Amino acid sequence: MLQQPILTQLTVMDLVPFGNAGSDTGFYALRLTPPGWEHWSPGQFVMLRPADASPEHLWGRPFSICRVTPKDMVIFFQTRGRATTAMAKLAPGNVLDVWGPLGNSFAVEAKTLTLLLAGGIGIAPFVGYVQHHPTPWDLSMEFGHRMPLECYPIDSITEYTMVEAHLEKEPGDLQFFIERMDDRIQKHAENGLVLACGPTPFLCTVQRLALKHKARAQLSLETRMACGVGACLGCVVKTHLPPDDGSSIIVHGEGDMAMRSKSHNVQTCTCGPVFWADGVTLA
Amino acid sequence: MENKLRVTVNGPGGTLDLKNPVLTASGTFGYGLEFMPYGDLTSLGGIVVKGLSLLPREGNPMPRVAETTCGMLNAVGLQNCGVEVFLRDKLPQLPTEQLPVIANLYATSVNEFAELGGVLASESGIAALEVNISCPNVGEGGVAFGQDPNMARAVTAAVKKRAGDTPVIVKLSPNVTDIVAIAKACEDGGADILCCVNTLVGMAVDLPSRKPLLANVVGGLSGPAIKPVALRCVWQVSRAVSLPVIGVGGITCAEDVLEFILAGAHAIEVGSANFTRPDAAFRIAAELPAAMDKYAIASLDEFRGSLRIDQ
Repeated sequence: MLQQPILTQLTVMDLVPFGNAGSDTGFYALRLTPPGWEHWSPGQFVMLRPADASPEHLWGRPFSICRVTPKDMVIFFQTRGRATTAMAKLAPGNVLDVWGPLGNSFAVEAKTLTLLLAGGIGIAPFVGYVQHHPTPWDLSMEFGHRMPLECYPIDSITEYTMVEAHLEKEPGDLQFFIERMDDRIQKHAENGLVLACGPTPFLCTVQRLALKHKARAQLSLETRMACGVGACLGCVVKTHLPPDDGSSIIVHGEGDMAMRSKSHNVQTCTCGPVFWADGVTLA
Repeated sequence: MENKLRVTVNGPGGTLDLKNPVLTASGTFGYGLEFMPYGDLTSLGGIVVKGLSLLPREGNPMPRVAETTCGMLNAVGLQNCGVEVFLRDKLPQLPTEQLPVIANLYATSVNEFAELGGVLASESGIAALEVNISCPNVGEGGVAFGQDPNMARAVTAAVKKRAGDTPVIVKLSPNVTDIVAIAKACEDGGADILCCVNTLVGMAVDLPSRKPLLANVVGGLSGPAIKPVALRCVWQVSRAVSLPVIGVGGITCAEDVLEFILAGAHAIEVGSANFTRPDAAFRIAAELPAAMDKYAIASLDEFRGSLRIDQ
């Protein structure tokens, strides 16, 4: 049972830059006061917006939840645009509007060999995943990254499971990473599970390989999002699975089955961000 | 105690009775259900649900929203579940006994507008119809109806004919040379209430990639950036017609609500602010009494349109 999302104001406890000391790599761990949820699941996300943000920045931003304890909540982020750049200037005591936990979560299957595939900042939701998994010895990760490894919360993962990291510097590095994923997905195709999070081109590759090997795979999508609650319809993705709420199934002049097989838009924020690889059309 | 926030929006052929003047703008509040975790829907004056069409619509290609300075662009293209699914699955979940639910409707022809208006008006849970003749993001219909006085009059009359005693609100576009001419045409066509305004057509581009931020290239601008335009439209229209006006555009706080009422609005709709914080509309409604006290406003009816203009 997923916790009903709530809107709350949380205070910044600290903001820790990741990477080489002294140089700003743009990677940060943001630690906030605890949100008071009874439950959350890895793969879910929150919307964050500084409470005193000017109307110049209208929207909050979605972030994967890394960790929630009775003492704190941790978000990992990379500065990409104006909102995340502003977030990098947060200081202890600053207050944020936070609404969540939002969206669905990754499948957690005990005693199932589970391959975690992360691209860059897409490693974030797996920090909580490896901590929560009942049989973490069944997990392994392939991690593709472009910045030095110390920019990422890799230690929080290696504490629980084995990680094979692939630094992408030369064009050939990417090809090697893809071949490695190909091989590992194939080995998880029978009785295993594949979970992926990262940029869309990376997810497209994972999806292609998962479909090729008929592996059960889930992809956590990243899209532009205004509200996070299903209202703005700015984060939709095409799926051919029937929606949970029965909408779009009935169409005048068409049978139910005709509509079921037809792809339609669903919100990434409420129907995702995690989708089965064989049920979603990526851009 | 008398509720000093209560607003009676009296149209010539239908009345909307609101416990307070705070409504939500279509397209920014889903079907209402999405916001139930963040506040008590019945604390609002009412809600206007996502624009409905006779058949489900998939909307425009992605990306279709973009943040701009003090605002946002959208070219969603009226993605919606269709009127049948709305009435079957969504409306029964809303507390319609305590909450006026206003259906926003969109169609591509006068006849289709009439048919849709008839279907929705026959539902007891629908308090009013808001006719969308101003959507800038759809190929057919949409703003085309709202830019031509004759078309605006025809659509209004066709919906009104099928609406019975359900009040008909017509939502106007600011993307016109003279909004007053369209407003008068709608009044002429039998509108009960006018709503000012829908989004302003705009665009945003990304310099490094040389691409537009929206797949549709252009979209509707909303948010605080458009508040002065919306306020101007409310002021112009409310002086020119004898119908009540609902104001919408860039409202983010209780003071903004009072500004629109001062300019002549009977009620207002909170739009993009619902994305900034999912409790925005609830908070604005809750903060309204304190804001009225702050500006010594005892009665909204007396305060409405009391703008002091030096001659």
